[in-house]
Amino acid sequence: MAFKTLLDPTASNPLGRQRTIWMTLHLDPILLALLLVLVSCGLFVLYSGADRNLEVVKAQGIRLAIAFVVMFVFAQLDPSVYRRWAPWLYVAGVLSLVAVLVAGVGAKGAQRWLDLPGGLPRFQPSELMKLVVPMTTAWYLSRHFLPPRFRHVAVGLAIVLLPMGLIIDQPDLGTSLLVGLAGIFVVFFAGISWKLIAAFVAMVSVSAPLMWFFVMRDYQKQRVLTLLNPQSDPLGAGWNIIQSKTAIGSGGIEGKGWLQGTQSHLEFLPESHTDFIVAVLAEEFGFIGMLALLTVYFLIILRCLYIAATAQDSFSRLVAGALAMTFFIYVFVNIGMVSGILPVVGVPLPLVSYGGTSSVTLMAAFGVLMSVHTHRRMIGA
Amino acid sequence: MPWGEFKDTAAERRLFQRRTVVMLLFVMVAIGGLIARMYQLQIVEHEVYTTLSDKNRVQVQSVPPPRGLIYDRNNTLLAENRPVFSVKLVPERVDGMDETLEKLGSILEISEEDLERFRRRLEEPRRPFQEIPLRYDLTPEEIARLAVERHELPGVEVKAELVRYYPHGELTAHALGYVGRINRNELQNIDPVNYAGTNYIGKSGIERFYEEILHGKVGYQHVETNARGRIMRVLERENPVPGEDLQLHLDLRLQQRAHELLDGRRGAIVAIEPDTGGILALASVPGFDANKFVTGISVNDYRELRESKDKPLFNRALRGQYPPGSTIKPMLAVAGLDSNAVTRDHTIWDPGYYRLTEGGRLWRDWKQWGHGWVDLKDAVAESCDVYFYEMAVEMGVDTMYSYLSRFGFGEDATLDVAGALNGLLPSPEWKRAVRNRPWYPGDTVNMGIGQGFMLATPLQLATATALIANRGKWVEPRLLKDIKGDHPTDQFLPDETHEPLKLKNPQDWEYVVDAMAEVMHGAHGTARRAGSDAPYRMAGKTGTAQVFSLDEDEEYDAEELRERLRDHALFVGFAPVDNPKIAVAVIVENGGSGSGTAAPVARAMFDAWLLDYSKPSGDKLVSNAAGQVSN
Repeated sequence: MAFKTLLDPTASNPLGRQRTIWMTLHLDPILLALLLVLVSCGLFVLYSGADRNLEVVKAQGIRLAIAFVVMFVFAQLDPSVYRRWAPWLYVAGVLSLVAVLVAGVGAKGAQRWLDLPGGLPRFQPSELMKLVVPMTTAWYLSRHFLPPRFRHVAVGLAIVLLPMGLIIDQPDLGTSLLVGLAGIFVVFFAGISWKLIAAFVAMVSVSAPLMWFFVMRDYQKQRVLTLLNPQSDPLGAGWNIIQSKTAIGSGGIEGKGWLQGTQSHLEFLPESHTDFIVAVLAEEFGFIGMLALLTVYFLIILRCLYIAATAQDSFSRLVAGALAMTFFIYVFVNIGMVSGILPVVGVPLPLVSYGGTSSVTLMAAFGVLMSVHTHRRMIGA
Repeated sequence: MPWGEFKDTAAERRLFQRRTVVMLLFVMVAIGGLIARMYQLQIVEHEVYTTLSDKNRVQVQSVPPPRGLIYDRNNTLLAENRPVFSVKLVPERVDGMDETLEKLGSILEISEEDLERFRRRLEEPRRPFQEIPLRYDLTPEEIARLAVERHELPGVEVKAELVRYYPHGELTAHALGYVGRINRNELQNIDPVNYAGTNYIGKSGIERFYEEILHGKVGYQHVETNARGRIMRVLERENPVPGEDLQLHLDLRLQQRAHELLDGRRGAIVAIEPDTGGILALASVPGFDANKFVTGISVNDYRELRESKDKPLFNRALRGQYPPGSTIKPMLAVAGLDSNAVTRDHTIWDPGYYRLTEGGRLWRDWKQWGHGWVDLKDAVAESCDVYFYEMAVEMGVDTMYSYLSRFGFGEDATLDVAGALNGLLPSPEWKRAVRNRPWYPGDTVNMGIGQGFMLATPLQLATATALIANRGKWVEPRLLKDIKGDHPTDQFLPDETHEPLKLKNPQDWEYVVDAMAEVMHGAHGTARRAGSDAPYRMAGKTGTAQVFSLDEDEEYDAEELRERLRDHALFVGFAPVDNPKIAVAVIVENGGSGSGTAAPVARAMFDAWLLDYSKPSGDKLVSNAAGQVSN
């Protein structure tokens, strides 16, 4: 049983029957360790990406500390609590998204925030929906036999599409895609038939051109066009991609060394401490650094999928699986965007990019995952 | 259906785990894709991006060398460099180009030309974050006003650069020439590397001739820049080699005197030091302020200069080609004696006219009733035309051509005077080729008194006069006296090419010089009034050049002619006779007679040089312009 203990320290010891300290704290030590490794490496890269501005690193450190606290709090709640609250949170979330459209606070031409009274920080409902949408979808689908029937899939997708549409309208393509994907992962994990998946793919292929002409805004089209040919607008939208590719490519195998990245430090690389921070890492730590980073991310995802696979009820499984995959999508979209294989959408590199909201949301999601893993009932005791 | 009750939990778990495996595979494939992408960028295409990155980062900037200064023979500064401030815009940093231009227009005076030039530059392809100049030569007031508004004008910068300044602009414009912005034509001929940071180039005169020495050698600095073009640090610097300073033979005081003497007239004075060939004064009046041309003259100013009847832009000293008239007679006297066309004793009867053939065309003497019996010396002193008609016919055109060309007529004999013209020394071959006419005997007669086809510049006349002063020793006229650097002057001064003019009887030089001295000091000398009371002996020759030919029987009446059609007054001469220190040529356009107008000017020049300025000046006419700016 040694191997099993190693793989899952939070599992009860079938021989001793004691609960480990991790079970008591409702923390998963493996996931926690991986997250700490990721976060501390991230702070190093951030120091470089923010051009040695220690204030930025401090602020991010405080945010991450808060995020870990949030994770800890979320881990304490039983998954059944999430299941019960999910639909109500969903209703509240959709209402607040409507409120954002009506009375939101704008920045950079988009309305994403709600000003809260009493000195509370600005509240971004779309961020909350990243957790609420998969939970609500999981809540709905797990009420029925799995695999779901067609009409259940349809309702599940409707649950996903409503907030998605509201978020696209802000406009915030990146968040909307992440929220949508989180819900769709739930539908996938629930066991939607491959035939339906094929049908959906076909439908998306058809609707994509329609989206292009009727839904997408000019700046969104521009981003897609720019991806196809960055050189078409080298000083405008293509600049970011050209510069980040140059940063990554010039890093080579071993990189230029910490704080030695010329692309980022000389202001060629835009947003070098937020969405494009991975370019800093790639430039300074090279291919080896990128392999290390991707390994850490892969291990985190692997652990999360393991947690999902060993969860004891459908809701927990679906939520855990969807959150794991959402996290992965963050990683994939961000690195894909910075390396120029995906369009530029505002997706941060999880737990490394500077910024509070996404870190808190992500750590809350890890809290939920830990909750799922540490609230297992002792079967076979 | 109540929660979880009748579900097949085991089947659901198996379904979920299958899906998890699918997702895990998806994740692995996707991460594999990212790794492959990184492999492609960081290993396969590493070189490409390294190059791109370095190009981004390191810029090679050229550092223009400061242009060499120019001094006169007394080390008075004639051309220096002073900082000029200009407004430049970085379009990438400007928010709202139209508003910014409008706002700038309310702060500064910006002409339509400036705007148009700016917009044209804006359309041209350029490097990102490269600045585009909008207006040059800001006044201190404008700089101050800009400084106040600056925070509201992102992307607007005031930049200083060193620009040529001529403290004595109007006096030296024609002698020195000037620099101006490099134009498209010049761009194709200059070394693009050495001129990488330079905006100005010598356009004329000394500035043009010694461009290479004055310019110096461009320096470089490798700078690390950020994307906005801001310099973060200098990685490596190779300092420019400043252009070398030049000292000219020119004497600013004499130059100034020449300008004063011609003030209010149109004309030219060239003064040469016979010993060295150094040009002491090279005046063309009216002049213009060369400083206006340096940063770019406005269309209005240029039109005014261009359309002025007095032609201030025209360098009369080098490019004014006038019929030399009687000033050519001393040289022809040398030719006549040396070719045995005449002897010293040869006398003629001058009835006031000359005919080639019995009953043929009549050539008049300037003196209606003639000079009577004259020998060569009298002929020079009194400027007897008939004597020279006869001598010319005796010599023939080929002999005259041969001697006059050895005096430097018909060619640019100068060493370093850019833009000097050749004049015209006619010959039968020339006439056949250019005019498609045979050479008539009458042409020879005309040539004998410097009329007809012959044209000479004041500089050529001064050169030929200096040759007489030197008794045949050639010293080609030159402006450069010394290069204040490591280079010996000879290296850049072109080689002298003229053989000395050796006469069969060298004493003939003294004879001709005596004849010229008679012009100044003799009882019948045409310039005796100008030569009177001098504490030194001088030699000279007056001349009067017809602006247009009169018909043979037409009476000349200056009163009736408009001022512009009056004869040009000329004079050539040197002093002192025995040890010449200065040779001059003077032309006063439409000045009337050489004796009345040009000779006194020359006398004043002699006095200035021999009496007033015989010692180098102690007081330096240093300009009060600001010092150099470092960049």
